[in-house]
Amino acid sequence: MHIAEGYLPPVHAAAWGVASAPFVVHGVRALTREVRANPESTLLLGASGAFTFVLSALKLPSVTGSCSHPTGTGLGAILFRPPIMAVLGTITLLFQALLLAHGGLTTLGANVFSMAIVGPWAGYGTYVLLKRSGAPLMVGVFFGAFVADLSTYCVTSVQLAVAFPDPGSGIAGSLAKFGSIFAVTQIPLAVSEGLLTVLVVRLLTQSSKGDLLRLGVLTRTESKRREEAAA
Amino acid sequence: MSRNAKINTLLLALVAALAVLPLALGLGDHKEEPFAGADAEAETAITEIEPDYEPWFSPLYEPPSGEIESALFALQAALGAGVLAYYFGVRRGRRQGEERAAARAGSGSPAADADA
Repeated sequence: MHIAEGYLPPVHAAAWGVASAPFVVHGVRALTREVRANPESTLLLGASGAFTFVLSALKLPSVTGSCSHPTGTGLGAILFRPPIMAVLGTITLLFQALLLAHGGLTTLGANVFSMAIVGPWAGYGTYVLLKRSGAPLMVGVFFGAFVADLSTYCVTSVQLAVAFPDPGSGIAGSLAKFGSIFAVTQIPLAVSEGLLTVLVVRLLTQSSKGDLLRLGVLTRTESKRREEAAA
Repeated sequence: MSRNAKINTLLLALVAALAVLPLALGLGDHKEEPFAGADAEAETAITEIEPDYEPWFSPLYEPPSGEIESALFALQAALGAGVLAYYFGVRRGRRQGEERAAARAGSGSPAADADA
């Protein structure tokens, strides 16, 4: 769930917009470069954007008794690296802000920062760390997507806490409040997102081994091992 | 069912269980409005912290009713699911085409045989 239209004071809204803009510009460049260098990526890029579209439209009930939705940004960050997700995430957020009155134009900068920048980077970082430390691919994918999802809503909580410090307990008090609304609600949804991302990457290893090898998600030895395991 | 298909089904079942359990266990019962959106709850929290805060901008377009809104959300999900399905369909078709071509190349020139 994104920050609703008009719910960030103008100075905060502008600051988050300024903070997000360079990432999105850089992302657009990375995206054009990728499409030019590897035209065969276009289809999978579309699929990654589509995954974000589906997941961020699914409002799911959570243990806190409220609803939120996953982000779907971990998949694209793992496949194409985070800068490209800055663009795909922004497109999704714009669609929701313009057509669904979900999120907003004034809060777009803040929402892009959480969902399209911090989420993908945190998720990608987790994925790379796990992979480097020798964890199996799917463990990296699960926690990458889980962290991308959960960190998004931790950032949302921080953004609101900084904008609306509690008169008594300050920013920390507000953070506890917004964190219990966003971050705690998000934990089971982040697990769901991790599982769904693992499912999609599993399907990709079956259908698009070439793409995964080119993107460095699968190595030749790993691909062979998986084939043997499946046989 | 192959081992792969079993694992994939299990993953989907787990996701479904995670979505259904909060409803089945009635985890929203303690709330005035069970299973409201977290964004709406955040708006309430903001008004609690700063009672004078007025949103200074309103959405350019707002779905006129809950029905229209859910239709648009469904549209968003359908667009995404459609593109994903297209992707996997194209990949599957391509792989099958390649396998067929490889089989054909392997058995000499079956196309010529078939014609004759």
